[in-house]
Amino acid sequence: MEEKVRKVELAISMVLRVGVVVSVLVVGAGLALMFAHHQAYVPITGHFSYRALTSSSTRFPHSFAALWRSIGRGDGRGIVVLGVLILILTPVLRVAVGVLSFIYEKDPPMTIVTLYVLAVLIGSFFLAGA
Amino acid sequence: MTPLDFVVSLALISVAAGVLGSLIGLGGGVVIVPVLTLLYHVDIRLAIGASIVSVIATSSGAAAAYVRERMTNLRAGMFLEIATTTGAVSGAYLTTLLPTRSLFIFFGLVLAYSSFATFKRRHTAQALTVSNDRLANFFDLHGSYYDPAEQREIPYKVVGTKLGLFLMYLAGLVSALLGIGSGALKVPAMDSAMHLPMKVSSATSNFMIGVTAAASAGVYFIRGQIDPIIAAPVAVGVLVGATFGARVLGRVTSKTVRLVFVVVLVVISVEMLQKGFFP
Repeated sequence: MEEKVRKVELAISMVLRVGVVVSVLVVGAGLALMFAHHQAYVPITGHFSYRALTSSSTRFPHSFAALWRSIGRGDGRGIVVLGVLILILTPVLRVAVGVLSFIYEKDPPMTIVTLYVLAVLIGSFFLAGA
Repeated sequence: MTPLDFVVSLALISVAAGVLGSLIGLGGGVVIVPVLTLLYHVDIRLAIGASIVSVIATSSGAAAAYVRERMTNLRAGMFLEIATTTGAVSGAYLTTLLPTRSLFIFFGLVLAYSSFATFKRRHTAQALTVSNDRLANFFDLHGSYYDPAEQREIPYKVVGTKLGLFLMYLAGLVSALLGIGSGALKVPAMDSAMHLPMKVSSATSNFMIGVTAAASAGVYFIRGQIDPIIAAPVAVGVLVGATFGARVLGRVTSKTVRLVFVVVLVVISVEMLQKGFFP
């Protein structure tokens, strides 16, 4: 029993670690591209204010269609958003790995529990209209 | 302030938010939202989007370490996620129906009470050794962890599962409705209601908040609240901070964790009451 729990723990810890490292790398690469493409962003002092990028009228991809177009153009913004989406999906993936682990460890009550959580999570993404 | 200054300074603040959030099982939204709105004058909608990113980053960054070190009660966390995710989804539906102002006042008072309850328990470090809780026994939610500060293995039993489930439902609901306070309700639910050791409560809350936040993150993305130039430094900074913070929890005493938690809880509660009374 103890050993089984340990296996589940290590599998879940691994998923979280990989998700975190991949998303940091993708976000970092996107950020670097963003600065490389826009020379005006780079100086430490200057007239160009960050406020132009953080107001309510700032434009950035927020649908999957726009996101793929943006990544296709090699736009740093799109790549940052992709990295953030990987980060958002990490807990979902963690729950999925939990389901698989509990099936493998033949633990029906916990399998049902984790399946329910996974269903609600996936449902919530569809409810969002994604 | 140029975009480069913005990104670097926000990343440094996010590191601090990640350390604090991972230590007490909250998402760091307590730090991120006020910093973005008051210091950087960022639109509140974008600040809330960044706060969701911060919650998921704290959770995944710290939980990777906590789960491996067996500080997290995996089974209890996953079991209670039934209630938090259901709460989060029902919150998304109720968001237009419920009066936000009264909700802020109500939960402000709830958090004020739970900070008082946590403060009263500050000297309690004894784990339970027996449990008649049928749900906890059926799903085998009891556990044991190694406490580096006390240098011994601490077995513990879980009680009050039904009350815990109810509070977790509220936690999911409140995070979907108000955008804050998800971990703030989870930690007292486990510490005070279910009698999990404080460090386990914090680590398990950390484990759970990512899933609660992910349940509403899709909505934030589609609504255009995830601004890349804000989300990028927050995500990277918080992940770095949470990875460091996860090393601290083991070494400090339960009492310290509780006291830090109480202070932050009072701040959140005042923040909520203020939003309710003077929006």
